[in-house]
Amino acid sequence: MVTNQAGDGWSALADGTRRAIVDCLAQRPQAVGQLAEQLPVSRSAVSQHLKVLKDAGLVSEQAVGTRRIYRLNPAAVAALRDQLDTFWQRALAAYAQVAEQAPEEDS
Amino acid sequence: MIGSEAAVVRRHLVVAAPIDQAFTAFTARFGEFKPPEHNLLQAPIAETVFEPRVGGHIYDRATDGSVCRWARILTYEPPQRVVFSWDIGPTWQLETDPQLTSEVEVRFVAEGPNKTRVELEHRNLDRHGPGWQSVSDGVGGDQGWPLYLARYAALLEAEG
Repeated sequence: MVTNQAGDGWSALADGTRRAIVDCLAQRPQAVGQLAEQLPVSRSAVSQHLKVLKDAGLVSEQAVGTRRIYRLNPAAVAALRDQLDTFWQRALAAYAQVAEQAPEEDS
Repeated sequence: MIGSEAAVVRRHLVVAAPIDQAFTAFTARFGEFKPPEHNLLQAPIAETVFEPRVGGHIYDRATDGSVCRWARILTYEPPQRVVFSWDIGPTWQLETDPQLTSEVEVRFVAEGPNKTRVELEHRNLDRHGPGWQSVSDGVGGDQGWPLYLARYAALLEAEG
């Protein structure tokens, strides 16, 4: 379901370290070791965070020689779209209720 | 590459209200229907203000007095149309570069004396990415998102 995918994306970014990883990958695709050097967490922690980001569809990996290079998924725009679609769905449903209320005062 | 259609969210609905009332509800009462999880501030939102003029903003004011202006009003034509920018990046940080923001157009069409069609288009989403420049350029600091995002995700899961 679209809402669940959106939820996964939001959940994945609800963590400071993962946002920092996304930040790093926004500058350039990188390997786990390179990411770990820039962040105050261990290499294995970076790997675990990358797995969450990958599962949420925000990051993809590619084998280059013996290394795995991680990059932001261009489909992240689609993830953003899903988030906003969900946002507007909720907002407009609530809006209909507000709009259909009798005005509190004449304007 | 990402097609332009993938970068647009369109929604429409028909409300049982005159066009003037439908327009006023969307603008003057924006804060009453905006999902409360949508908050870039550290404290809960005290009020959301939609300034009814071109050059104005939509801003949230938190209970601690802090303010977040997250949209610029680009077109204001009551009761037919309003367009505002969406200055929030993919990781829900305030985007300060207008080139990296999307925009929302809302049109109101009278279908009867007490019936209005509302068409919403949130477009140019690809300006926020795909490089996610907004992430690295965005305003730093802990903005309380872990809490809000976790709450939002929990809500979605409860609905799903």
